[in-house]
Amino acid sequence: MNLHEYQGKGILKSFGVRIQEGIVADTAEEAVEAAKKLTEQTGTSWWVVKAQIHAGGRGKGGGVKLAKSLEEVKEIAGQIIGMQLVTHQTGPVGKKVSKVLVAQDVYYPGESETSEFYMGVLLNRATGRNIIMYSTEGGMDIETVAEKTPELIYKEEIDPKTGLLPFQARKIAFNLGLEGQANKEMVKFVSALYKAYEATDSAMFEINPVLKTSDNKILAVDSKVNLDDNALYRHKDYAAMRDVTEEDPAEVEAGEYDLNFIKLDGDVGCMVNGAGLAMATMDIIKQSGGSPANFLDVGGSANATTVEAGFRIILQDDSVKAILLNIFGGIVRCDRVAQGVVDAYKSIGNIKIPIIVRLQGTNAEEGAELIKNSGLEVQSAITLQEAADLVKACV
Amino acid sequence: MSVLINKDSKIIVQGFTGSEGTFHSGQMLEYGTNVVGGVTPGKGGKTNLDKPVFNTVADAVKETDADVSIIFVPPPFAADAIMEAAEAGIKVIVCITEGIPTSDMVKVKEYLTDKESTLIGPNCPGIITAEECKVGIMPGFIFQKGSIGIVSKSGTLTYEAVDQITKVGLGQTTAIGIGGDPIIGTSTLDAVKLFEADPETKGIVLIGEIGGNMEAEAAAWIKENCTKPVVGFIAGETAPKGKRMGHAGAIVGGSDDTAQAKKRILSEAGVHVVDSPADIGAKMAELVK
Repeated sequence: MNLHEYQGKGILKSFGVRIQEGIVADTAEEAVEAAKKLTEQTGTSWWVVKAQIHAGGRGKGGGVKLAKSLEEVKEIAGQIIGMQLVTHQTGPVGKKVSKVLVAQDVYYPGESETSEFYMGVLLNRATGRNIIMYSTEGGMDIETVAEKTPELIYKEEIDPKTGLLPFQARKIAFNLGLEGQANKEMVKFVSALYKAYEATDSAMFEINPVLKTSDNKILAVDSKVNLDDNALYRHKDYAAMRDVTEEDPAEVEAGEYDLNFIKLDGDVGCMVNGAGLAMATMDIIKQSGGSPANFLDVGGSANATTVEAGFRIILQDDSVKAILLNIFGGIVRCDRVAQGVVDAYKSIGNIKIPIIVRLQGTNAEEGAELIKNSGLEVQSAITLQEAADLVKACV
Repeated sequence: MSVLINKDSKIIVQGFTGSEGTFHSGQMLEYGTNVVGGVTPGKGGKTNLDKPVFNTVADAVKETDADVSIIFVPPPFAADAIMEAAEAGIKVIVCITEGIPTSDMVKVKEYLTDKESTLIGPNCPGIITAEECKVGIMPGFIFQKGSIGIVSKSGTLTYEAVDQITKVGLGQTTAIGIGGDPIIGTSTLDAVKLFEADPETKGIVLIGEIGGNMEAEAAAWIKENCTKPVVGFIAGETAPKGKRMGHAGAIVGGSDDTAQAKKRILSEAGVHVVDSPADIGAKMAELVK
């Protein structure tokens, strides 16, 4: 589950990580109030107004702006709230902004130059251990850094038996070229950050940039937090931070039926039991000349209710020209699935696009027979190749 | 021969008396698997499916000499169940449970480093040696004793491959569903090594998907060491970057864990990569006469 910047920062702060302070606002008027309050709290004389959406690259898209007066706060917040923000991560349609974070200006001049770093905490799948990944190249897209200057990315692996050790935190601070007060601050920052990552059962923490201010403080200017969905049962307070308006409405609806659905841009819908077979089915659609309109794993419970819900969700998309239902029956019996298809078809009525049903495994032939005898406009297949050929004929 | 389990394996079921545990234990017994009992804390001394129930894995091992365990315990308690089995000396631990927090598995992985147990899964369909022993939830009837070893991250896609391998007349030695989570016990490479060492296995089917580096790791070893033909398929050519495709581990993070990259790496290592999952059986039949 992804969090907004302001939510992630709130969690970081609760674990003692120093952050760029800010107050979230839903309207331009609230933003002005937030700015005043923030000045009382921090003494900041300028403010940064930041769009809160689940995507990176907000600055380039015009979603992050500096305001030098309260009038400017109002004007900028008014522009950003309600805008359709397009970044390299949102796709061409962009995302509608409904909240802004009014944050303190942390790039004020002082005794030394400011500098920006990158820091991420995540799982190294190859070793099954957590790593802290960091770089002197902060404020840039880390994938670009990894591609162009991989030698500037450092990794520190954490032993699960001991957790992050003090020498590791010191090593990070020195590798980032920090001295004196800033070095000490970075050691504290890294320790608190790792503690927050572990305690929240996160899948990823990314702080980009981590800033060294002109008065040698180390703080998180941004936060990208991804919590492990499997661990949310023990973090009810974080689970409540979920913002469904950031998710695709069809995906949210599918979740209510325990269907695992992801919307894609193609023209052939599909519905499959099992995630691996679902991905393989999407690949088959592409190889047959179509393009998959979705990923949909119905899991082990393909019955009339789930099949109907799946069909309805897929059919919401007008660009879908055909639907392929691909079930390999194991514990799930194909004749039951076939009955589910027949019931769902009748219940929805008026389906104008071809439905291809491929049933294999337990009671596959009984299932195919049932569909044949139903008199419905449903094409049936047994092998994967037959299903692929039927898709080819539709597109 | 076969790998990891055979007709002499003695199996206990953790989470034995729950609905999943009871149903699948019944299916395993029906397949001829030697299920010798199970564990449900607090229900020790009772019986389920005419088999004894124990309070702890240690008790079950002491009384039954079990060497294999299958886990149907709910996600919050599953990591603990794996470690309990390892501590009790179980040789092969198969964890079916889906949805274990990754941070729990970091601890499990560490805990297992100095134990002699082999973990399969979690979030997997289990392992089966055809016509001998089924420790999992796969439909038994599609398997047929034969000469092909199968390793796969996915459940239903494994069944697809098994069905094709059966229909081309080759049959299987053992099929291992290693699971689709970010941290799993037995890796693709571990399974490939087992099949390479098994004299009855004549060919290997390797089914992977987007995310992680297990296929690349296996490819490097296969290139140098594998003497048997390997047919590979990677699911997720059409998966968009950064989206989790059902399995917790099925997410493209960079440029070298896409389906295209993995297919290329496997091909370069001499694996016979098929683009369509419909071609797995036919390709293997070409290679193993």
